[in-house]
Amino acid sequence: MKIPFSLTVNGKPVSTEIEPRALLVEFLRGPLQLTGTHVGCDTAQCGACTVLVDGKPMKSCNMLAIQAQGANVTTIEGLAQGDALHPMQAAFRKHHGLQCGFCTPGMVLSAVGLAGQVKQPSEAQIREALDGNFCRCTGYHNIVKAVQEGLADMTA
Amino acid sequence: MQPFAYSEPTTLAKATGAAAANADSRYLAGGQSLIAAMKLGLSAPAELVDLARLPELRGIKVEGNGAALTVGAMTPHAEVAASMEVGARIAALAALAGGIGDRQVRNRGTLGGSLANDDPAADYPAAVLGLAATVNTNKRQIAADDFFKGLFETALAPGELIMSVTFPVPKKAAYRKFRNPASRFALVGVFVAQTAQGPRVAVTGAGSRGVFRVKSMEQALARDWSAKALESILVPASELQSDLHASAEYRAHLVGVLAQRAVAEA
Ligand SMILES: Cc1cc2nc3c(=O)[nH]c(=O)nc-3n(C[C@H](O)[C@H](O)[C@H](O)COP(=O)(O)OP(=O)(O)OC[C@H]3O[C@@H](n4cnc5c(N)ncnc54)[C@H](O)[C@@H]3O)c2cc1C
Ligand code: FES
Ligand code: FES
Repeated sequence: MKIPFSLTVNGKPVSTEIEPRALLVEFLRGPLQLTGTHVGCDTAQCGACTVLVDGKPMKSCNMLAIQAQGANVTTIEGLAQGDALHPMQAAFRKHHGLQCGFCTPGMVLSAVGLAGQVKQPSEAQIREALDGNFCRCTGYHNIVKAVQEGLADMTA
Repeated sequence: MQPFAYSEPTTLAKATGAAAANADSRYLAGGQSLIAAMKLGLSAPAELVDLARLPELRGIKVEGNGAALTVGAMTPHAEVAASMEVGARIAALAALAGGIGDRQVRNRGTLGGSLANDDPAADYPAAVLGLAATVNTNKRQIAADDFFKGLFETALAPGELIMSVTFPVPKKAAYRKFRNPASRFALVGVFVAQTAQGPRVAVTGAGSRGVFRVKSMEQALARDWSAKALESILVPASELQSDLHASAEYRAHLVGVLAQRAVAEA
């Protein structure tokens, strides 16, 4: 049986009805057509489906949509302002922090969620913080550089 | 996933009432273990009772002039890891919480969910047993020594709700975990504590019946709190798990090494 469901996605209020068993990622990619959120493993391992829920990175394949009732959800589509990339996206582009791009939406949101948590995190702290995001292409080196600069630019 | 009914009660009485009314219901905390199990068809409850709207289940309180900390069942791992109260009084507990899974998991997963689930490789059971904590439910207080009953088994009765856990502040404590690099769970984890009642050593990830205490190590530490005191003590491999990640003999070796490192660090 469907139940009423309201939340804010990328700054816009959404009010609808959903099946309790719908995963958050299914709701985002299906009815909302926000297909930038990727499904890699579908078993809470890879982090490709990471979105921000009330500013905190979470794996949208491992939570029910209804668990985001009333929350503020940010997906990759919510970062850029028109044609202007978000500082974290711009840093990923500048530092070649992506190759195939499959992991990138989750990686970028996980990184954005770090802002304000630690001042100027070290390389080791960034690697540790991105523990839940797998990339099969880049070897992480450029991702870490991008995150360092992206975080600095976000607070600049 | 099988269809199920869903409720998000706003009072404790409604939550426990909903669980009592349907034997096929389950509480939903962070969902980090339960949703994964439901997706795989390993669990198919008819009803989920979401605990998210019960603020009384969340938060960290300092008790009795700092003699103990009470952590609400719905407190996420990330909150325990970042808590100044926990860091100042039981740094080993904050560090343990900060080493569970990854950041995304720590933002959702909760203390109560981890304990009710009682995964044999989970981290929190080692702290609860190692610190002689008390699990407070809607019905009673359960001592750590009576709470864990085996693999994914606890003393909780059907519908019994974990409200919080009270951790006595130890004189010193440390947790050392050898992480399974794929799952992030403990291949072996050892929690040591010097408590008011003497030393305690609790091991997770290794036991064939779940988390357990190593009394021989506790006795040695009571005589001499040093890593050296543990050097000659072996945990019998016959009581440990063997799986594709590690043999029982390797786990036995790790218990010794990690216990010594934890004592040195505490
Ligand atoms: C990728 C990944 C890595 C992980 N790594 C680790 C790790 O390294 N170490 C580790 O310890 N854990 C790890 N976990 C598990 C994680 O800590 C879970 O959050 C935890 O085991 C369950 O907590 P939850 O709040 O998500 O509970 P849920 O999944 O919501 O619930 C789990 C069970 O507990 C019951 N329950 C929940 N709350 C209560 C309550 N208050 N009273 C009674 N019953 C209740 C539920 O009905 C259910 O049966 C990992 C999980 C994932 C997905
Ligand atoms: S798709 Fe969600 S963690 Fe991999
Ligand atoms: S860029 Fe291909 S998986 Fe990360």
